Amino acid sequence: MPADSLVKISDLSFSYDNRPILNGINMDFPRGKVVAIMGGSGCGKTTLLRLIGGQLKPTAGSVKVNDRIVHEMGHDELYDMRRRMGMLFQFGALFTDIPVYDNVAFQMREHTELPEELIRDLVMMKLNAVGLRGAHGLMPNELSGGMARRVALARAIALDPMLMMYDEPFTGLDPLSLGVIGQLIRKLNDALGATSIMVTHDIQESMLIVDYIYFMSEGRVVAEGTPDELRATKDPFVHQFLYAEADGPVPFHYPAGDFSADLLRVPARG
Amino acid sequence: MDKVQGFLVGLGSRVTDRLWRLGFAARFFVMLLVYSGQTFLRPHLLLREIWFSGVLSLIIILVSGLFVGLVLGLQGYDTLQRYGSSEALGVLVALSLVRELGPVVAGLLFASRAGSAVTAEIGLMKATEQLKAMDMMAVNPLARVVAPRFWGGVISMPLLAALFSMMGVFGGYLIGVVFIGVDEGAFWSQMQSSVDFREDVLNGIIKSFVFGIAVSLIAVFEGYDSIPTAEGVSRAITRTVVTSALAILALDFVLTSFMFRSL
Repeated sequence: MPADSLVKISDLSFSYDNRPILNGINMDFPRGKVVAIMGGSGCGKTTLLRLIGGQLKPTAGSVKVNDRIVHEMGHDELYDMRRRMGMLFQFGALFTDIPVYDNVAFQMREHTELPEELIRDLVMMKLNAVGLRGAHGLMPNELSGGMARRVALARAIALDPMLMMYDEPFTGLDPLSLGVIGQLIRKLNDALGATSIMVTHDIQESMLIVDYIYFMSEGRVVAEGTPDELRATKDPFVHQFLYAEADGPVPFHYPAGDFSADLLRVPARG
Repeated sequence: MDKVQGFLVGLGSRVTDRLWRLGFAARFFVMLLVYSGQTFLRPHLLLREIWFSGVLSLIIILVSGLFVGLVLGLQGYDTLQRYGSSEALGVLVALSLVRELGPVVAGLLFASRAGSAVTAEIGLMKATEQLKAMDMMAVNPLARVVAPRFWGGVISMPLLAALFSMMGVFGGYLIGVVFIGVDEGAFWSQMQSSVDFREDVLNGIIKSFVFGIAVSLIAVFEGYDSIPTAEGVSRAITRTVVTSALAILALDFVLTSFMFRSL
């Protein structure tokens, strides 16, 4: 383990009702870096984020954040750790009953005793960082998908977290919003001196902003490396994923019997 | 034989599921009480929920109370005048309302109006990952979202039931005294002498308080435990209304049998 890792995952396994989701995962997330976890839908990426955040407990192995094993933490210690984490959910998860301003101020009011004037300045700074200072009075239902994601980003960085986690930050965004969010993730990580973990299956955008990539398939890490290393690799899985090939190590067809036998079968009539 | 076995397996699994859910609800209730302190330390959270559950239910409660009182007045007068005791109309209306109809009908209306809204709100917060997001921000959703809604309902319910009874009595007065012409002095004085504060009014308040706990608990639990999809939330809302109605009627029978033992 590199001495400067903020998050270390060791031999991590996780199952839902005896259905294995993650199987012996090992990963390192060095401080100050933006690391992407990629893989097809349902390969366990989001589950991994929830394990890092302590919302799930592993069936084997461990997740260490700041050298502390997450699943051994008590309630208070876990919440103390989460105060120093920020998470961007897939569709923002903004609180829909309060305006943008109060969404961003939420954690400041919950966790600090700061006077309202100072909270106002901080909220405006966070909203300015994502380019939405002018939208502070809008309700979440008045925002476009891209704007909602940016407000959620401002909310996630409200308390200057040491660790940022992004769950599919690019899903459903138009190319312009996608580029803006991508650049914000990189810039905010560097400005805050944070460490970022980004779960995504958006190859092109991620390759531009991340320092390191883990590829996952069926609950295992199947490839890893810097963007340049992965572009140069001959690994068939990475190649299939990078160039969006329909068939390859990840088969196009769901497991089924012989096709001709299926076609020749005469349908039963009642 | 297979059919019998299948039936028994299905029945057993349904019973264990229900028992498991009941146990989960009991554990949820205990956790809710544990995390309720913050609700009272931050009164603005509680006031907001009293506004949504109580104040916004006022219209339906007051209008329904008035109509129930009007009907009681008509029906009561029709029966009482056959025995020459139409002056007892005030007693009949007041006792019916404070003992039974006030708490029960207000409880049923409260479950439909406020209980369903609370379930929908919490269920949709769950479906849109707002509760998960809150938990990741180190803010306990039980303390911040669930407990204020529960206590808002518990506090609102007895007040709504009291207002329902008050409007009902007013409706009975309108029909009996203003329109039919029952003696006003007899209407009020018989009501005053025959309605006992502890035996009738206080017992009615206790009933409405218990119904408030039942409806609010069912509403927050169904929302919190809903399947986070559109269909899951809609089923949870239906369960809130149906379970609340059954709980109110069953609890009413139990409470009545304890409270009015002289009967």
